[in-house]
Amino acid sequence: MDIQKLTIKSAKRALESKEFSCVDLVSAVFERIREHDGNVKAFLTLCESEAMREAEQVDAKISRNESLRVLEGIPIAVKDVIATKGVRTTAASKILEQYIPPYDATIVRKLKDAGAIIIGKTNCDEFAHGASTENSAFGPSHNPWDLSRSPGGSSGGSAAALSAGFCIAALGTDTGGSTRQPGGWCNLYGLRPTYGRISRYGLISMTSSTDTPGIFAKTAEDTALLLSVLAGQDKMDATTLPAKMDDYASHLERSLKGIKIGLPKEFFEHTEDPESAEVISQAIAKLEELGAQIKHVSLPHTKYGVSVYYIITPSEVSSNLGRFDGIRYGHRSQDASNLFETYTKTRGQNFGSESKRRIMLGTYALSSGYYDAYYKKAQKVRTVITKEVEKVLNDVDLLITPVSPHVAIKLGEKNDDPLAMYLEDIYMSTAALSGVPGLSIPAGFAHNMPVGLQIMGKQLDEASVLSVAHQYEKATDWTEKFPLL
Amino acid sequence: MIGKISKKEVEKIAKLARLELSDKEVDTYAQQLSAILGYVDQLQEVDTKNVEITSQVTGLSNIMREDVVESFDNSEELVKMAPENQDNLIKVKAVFE
Repeated sequence: MDIQKLTIKSAKRALESKEFSCVDLVSAVFERIREHDGNVKAFLTLCESEAMREAEQVDAKISRNESLRVLEGIPIAVKDVIATKGVRTTAASKILEQYIPPYDATIVRKLKDAGAIIIGKTNCDEFAHGASTENSAFGPSHNPWDLSRSPGGSSGGSAAALSAGFCIAALGTDTGGSTRQPGGWCNLYGLRPTYGRISRYGLISMTSSTDTPGIFAKTAEDTALLLSVLAGQDKMDATTLPAKMDDYASHLERSLKGIKIGLPKEFFEHTEDPESAEVISQAIAKLEELGAQIKHVSLPHTKYGVSVYYIITPSEVSSNLGRFDGIRYGHRSQDASNLFETYTKTRGQNFGSESKRRIMLGTYALSSGYYDAYYKKAQKVRTVITKEVEKVLNDVDLLITPVSPHVAIKLGEKNDDPLAMYLEDIYMSTAALSGVPGLSIPAGFAHNMPVGLQIMGKQLDEASVLSVAHQYEKATDWTEKFPLL
Repeated sequence: MIGKISKKEVEKIAKLARLELSDKEVDTYAQQLSAILGYVDQLQEVDTKNVEITSQVTGLSNIMREDVVESFDNSEELVKMAPENQDNLIKVKAVFE
């Protein structure tokens, strides 16, 4: 079996037809991880013995000819900011190095209820602060397409794991691009759903007003399947939406004829890398050929997206990371002589430089005298951007943009310039701020590296986003290309 | 509008945020925060008169649930997660001196 080529659908079929057993599949996954993860560094924790035990149970079910649940026997990797009961969850931070959650995140429980086998916890930027995984306290992950490059971030470990064939699907999170951007850099589907479509319960909070779970998959069909499993209202997350769920898979075969796709000109003005830009142009031409109606639109205020995002995010980060004070969980500094020092030394010694930077920036933006000028102003400009996106999405069904101005960056390339790293989110912040779904899809290659296309839709219209992705996938062969390790 | 951030301001913010920073970190953050805030200053160009702030992006409000107690049967595990504990209590330094 070639794990890199397996999709949820094909693996499930192979298990049911006894082409290989679940124990074969899960053993092959761990064998591959042992062989290659020393170079890729996708995982922080592996769950091999539990996974093997579960695989045996799946095989027992198959031998009794019992029918399998929707994800039964499918090996899935989970980003390490997502709580897994009894399995270490570090958020890639020293402060939580030994933290073992006493409960499962709702999305983890849903995966387990659907029969998925969780094989391990993946590396990411510390507390999901970053766009390259270089802010992980445990060192960066490497892009399987070129090990000297970043897999993107912050969910880079999940993207690298899936692309390398260490799993068949993976969970990430997307606060400002953290699933879509690594998806684009690793030739994967990376879905950020509508804010509130999937429960955030059990995600280690970063920016509560834009955090959402994210889905990594190899095909649009697998993405739709996972969304159906994970979406829905959750009493543990009051921001989840009560709206009825679409049957996402049933919309995939919808034709592109007559679908109106808007190209916001602000996302095409700076062609930093002409080769990547050419790949995007060809993808758009292909969509037109398939019957989509292309319209040029404008979102003039989205150029302020990164500025808004880097006020709102640090502000919410400074508040959300307040709980890591050395009292209830995580590390506690042993050098403190009083309670105040327990706080300052624990936090000073255990947070990495980007987390500290965001805490500082946010504390400043929320502090007395600056709150109106920064936080309030940013939340107002956010409203302007959201209204603009809403208005344009009244005229067109979907928006299409590049995922990134360039292919995956070299590790170390931008790591000492925080502002340059923040600008990596340039095409990503719009969906995050306006709450609409965004999906990165494989769209071709430049400099032998993957190039991603982003499809954004109306709030709750994941079905249209996924159907366009599926129709494009059928007309191209990008998803049949895999990195050689 | 708001100028560069001084080292003194960085120290003040760090105290508010309960972060111990080294002298080198204070220097670095003074420069980096000034650069980032300089960039986000472009927000002042946007006319936001009569614009409401975004408080909930999907428009939900007042989501209520029944106020019932649900028991959690693993509280000892929670206490054990604390860095120091004794007799099923979390141990901390004196709050009052």
